[in-house]
Amino acid sequence: MSNKWKNGLMLLAVVLLCVLPLLFVNGEFGGADDAAEGVITEINPEYEPWFKPLTELPGETESMLFALQAAIGAGVIGYSLGLLKGKQGQPKQNSISK
Amino acid sequence: MKKRGFWSFAALIAGFTVYFMLNEPGTAQAMHIMEGFLPVGWAVFWWVAFLPFFVLGIIRLRSMTKENPELKLLLGLAGAFTFVLSALKMPSVTGSSSHPTGTGLGAVMLGPLPMGVIGSVVLLFQALLLAHGGITTLGANAFSMAVAGPFAGYAVYKLMMKLPDREKLALFCAAAVADLMTYVVTSFQLAVAFPAADGGVLASFLKFGGIFAVTQIPLAISEGLLTVLLWNWLKSYSPNEMSLLKRKVKGGNA
Repeated sequence: MSNKWKNGLMLLAVVLLCVLPLLFVNGEFGGADDAAEGVITEINPEYEPWFKPLTELPGETESMLFALQAAIGAGVIGYSLGLLKGKQGQPKQNSISK
Repeated sequence: MKKRGFWSFAALIAGFTVYFMLNEPGTAQAMHIMEGFLPVGWAVFWWVAFLPFFVLGIIRLRSMTKENPELKLLLGLAGAFTFVLSALKMPSVTGSSSHPTGTGLGAVMLGPLPMGVIGSVVLLFQALLLAHGGITTLGANAFSMAVAGPFAGYAVYKLMMKLPDREKLALFCAAAVADLMTYVVTSFQLAVAFPAADGGVLASFLKFGGIFAVTQIPLAISEGLLTVLLWNWLKSYSPNEMSLLKRKVKGGNA
């Protein structure tokens, strides 16, 4: 099995790992941090959080920042790979599966 | 080899399909302890536990980049990978979402200490801008994600590299273990801070941990696969660079 195939299968597996729960599991898929609060309150009903987050952003802004975070990371990864490839001189038949 | 690779993939996917179908959704939690949800004493304790690693990480980073300026690129790469992966909130089998850590790759490439710095920068970004995690709980979160996870992943990698010709498997396991370990430590941190009325710390740990583990298993596997994927690309472009790292990693840091 060539590297191309292997990489393709790995990507497929990652996608499936995300998609299958959505298909087969009936849940809210809410952020898991909030669920942690529930358990803490259950164990210790008297507990009061003693510090509030500095910023309370609207949901849309938050998802924008998450997208920004991923975009910055992806940009740096792409830049690094390109730089490494360029340094190599002769671009090999690479294994990016498309 | 060709055939075996394909069939192991097929088996993996089939196994998961069954796992998903049989799994009961429940509540879950995430990687980060929320702002203010750790009593003051514990918050300070984990800050104190984390800071030495951070300082050592900075020292290590400085000496590494002095010796090999070209490592800066790989450092950026490791940081970027953590950035991307911790922004991906993936749905999991428990019916809630959580995200991978991406610290395994950097731990294997650069050793665990530099990841302490990189990981905490990512956590700081999320705490300040996204109200995800928190400043008071940053010490605890950084200890689990940026210290315990990378060290566990690095240890697994070192152990598995003793096997002949199993580099990718070692990498996969390192990334998956780093991810899971982050979770185990977070469960432990919450358990010691919130012992159950009956059963104490252990009961709490099992409660947090039992829920955690199930949520994170598929994510840990995803993270392992993505790490191997990036590794393959890196290797195909830059054999020299990777061998330099090999030497660095073999140089026994940490």
